[in-house]
Amino acid sequence: MCLMVLPTSDQAPLRDVATVADCCLIASHRLAEWVSNAPSMEEDVAIGNIALDLLGQARGLLSHLGDEDQLAYFRDAVSFRNPVICELPNGDFAHTMLRQLFLDVWLEQVWRAFAASDDEVVRGVAEKAIKENAYHRRHSSSWVVRLGDGTDESHRRMLAALDELWPYCWEIAVDGWYDEVVFVLNTATLPTPAPPHADPQQAPRVDHTVHLTELLAEMQSLARAHPGASW
Amino acid sequence: MQLWEVFLRARSGLHHQHVGSLHAVDAEMALESARDVFTRRGEAAGIWVVPSAAIVASDPADKDSLFEPADDKIYRHPTFFDVPDGVANL
Repeated sequence: MCLMVLPTSDQAPLRDVATVADCCLIASHRLAEWVSNAPSMEEDVAIGNIALDLLGQARGLLSHLGDEDQLAYFRDAVSFRNPVICELPNGDFAHTMLRQLFLDVWLEQVWRAFAASDDEVVRGVAEKAIKENAYHRRHSSSWVVRLGDGTDESHRRMLAALDELWPYCWEIAVDGWYDEVVFVLNTATLPTPAPPHADPQQAPRVDHTVHLTELLAEMQSLARAHPGASW
Repeated sequence: MQLWEVFLRARSGLHHQHVGSLHAVDAEMALESARDVFTRRGEAAGIWVVPSAAIVASDPADKDSLFEPADDKIYRHPTFFDVPDGVANL
């Protein structure tokens, strides 16, 4: 496996191509679960588009690391490298949009670093992803602001999502991530949380949760029941 | 949510054409949804969104008085000109 080390801060451990590939794959699957269940038909399509962009990014990296189908469908949860925040089950729409914002801000820096890679394939995936990510970020941040600075109920739901997701953010809080996220949170009239860090007393220190096993059971079931099947 | 009309133009220089409508709570969301719903296959180089309430429409009952008088004025059609080869978008 090729390793691509990202510039890191004290808070965020090293990130490599496999981590980013798995993040895109798992986040794509969670978004795909929304299709037909989003608050509006327009949002169904928007979320579907974003899920497909992420899937394309995952494929670009996974097929560079090996056989994309083997890597996506025939690995168990322990072999996945994605940050835990990707695999948490979908909550309400506020929860999903806030998670997307956190991931989009992280991935923005990831793709920028990958775009300077010596590896031509990684660079190619990153250059395409930078444009896709810019739109994803615009979409998620406008929803976070709209809901956070919306009705009493939407504000309350955003607060609940922030409480639930924040402890998982230390894994993706690269340099600059916190400031950019806080700017959006404040615009959304949400409070400023303390900078995330990997204090074992505070942050969940698990490689993965049972939710990833459940996600994979569904995502991989077809490929495992019919190995080598094609359309 | 408010109803919005969506207009696209395929590339610079062409005019915008109406392609459909969608629901959105504000202009920003309308523009983003228009991008997501109507430009998935490379249809657009530009988008307009307009609140449907801002559209002033003719009354279908006025159809005869508004449009029928034009029906017998064939000299208004540019069919008496030869169009040179190679003229696009006419």
